[in-house]
Amino acid sequence: MTVQYIKSITDRYERLGYPAYKWYRAEEPPPWTPLKKPISESRLGVLTTAGAYVKGQVAFYYKDDTSHRAIPKATAAADMRFSHITENYLPDARRDPNCVVPLEPLRRLEAEGVIGELADDYLSCMGGIYSQRRVHEELIPAVTARYAEQAVDAVYLVPL
Amino acid sequence: MAGADDIIRAGWPPRSVFLDYPLGHTTGKPFAPDEQYDIVRQAMAVFDAATEPGQMVSLDYQWSSEADWKSAATDASAGDQRAPRDETPRYQHDDDRLAAEATMAGGQ
Repeated sequence: MTVQYIKSITDRYERLGYPAYKWYRAEEPPPWTPLKKPISESRLGVLTTAGAYVKGQVAFYYKDDTSHRAIPKATAAADMRFSHITENYLPDARRDPNCVVPLEPLRRLEAEGVIGELADDYLSCMGGIYSQRRVHEELIPAVTARYAEQAVDAVYLVPL
Repeated sequence: MAGADDIIRAGWPPRSVFLDYPLGHTTGKPFAPDEQYDIVRQAMAVFDAATEPGQMVSLDYQWSSEADWKSAATDASAGDQRAPRDETPRYQHDDDRLAAEATMAGGQ
């Protein structure tokens, strides 16, 4: 049995007297775009929603921050930082970022040729945005444009 | 890549990989580089293997032999675990704020 987060979180905030989350639920099947070539020949983009930033960058804020950061793929784990509204999920990532942002596994897979090439930068955003409208109107177009500039063939999404 | 299969199913992505670990460990346990590598390698394989929209592949890893973490994750008595919401950047360390201000002052 897997953890039923939607029910659990809905129940918790109802009990605390908060308005109910309006969870996003897709109403249509996802669009399907087959890969044009094997992942071993593809350029891969990465998106983390863990509020990751590199030391020297501006951290995320917690009220519907729709900005994003570019994380150079060569970033040392020791320079990776996190600012995410659910800080209770971050203690291990703050000790070893690779359990949420797999910098070292991806570099190894690129070096071994399992991944054709990683884009120069991963993209990072805040996963805890309460406005679906602002995600659609601000965040998604911005990161989509960056991936178009990077000419990636596929994107690996890693939520917190 | 997902640690919450109900949330990811609600979003209905074209292809996904589920790791049944507590949130905050999307790509494995801390300081377990070989396991993290294997998890991400299996996720990469799904790019090539998936043929149908909406397919979710579950990875064969167990966080621990105890089920306690799952009951703790849904503890009904837990309070609000979210940090306060405002528009102040939340640096992990004070030094990070100084480093960011130095970067901005340098025009980078």
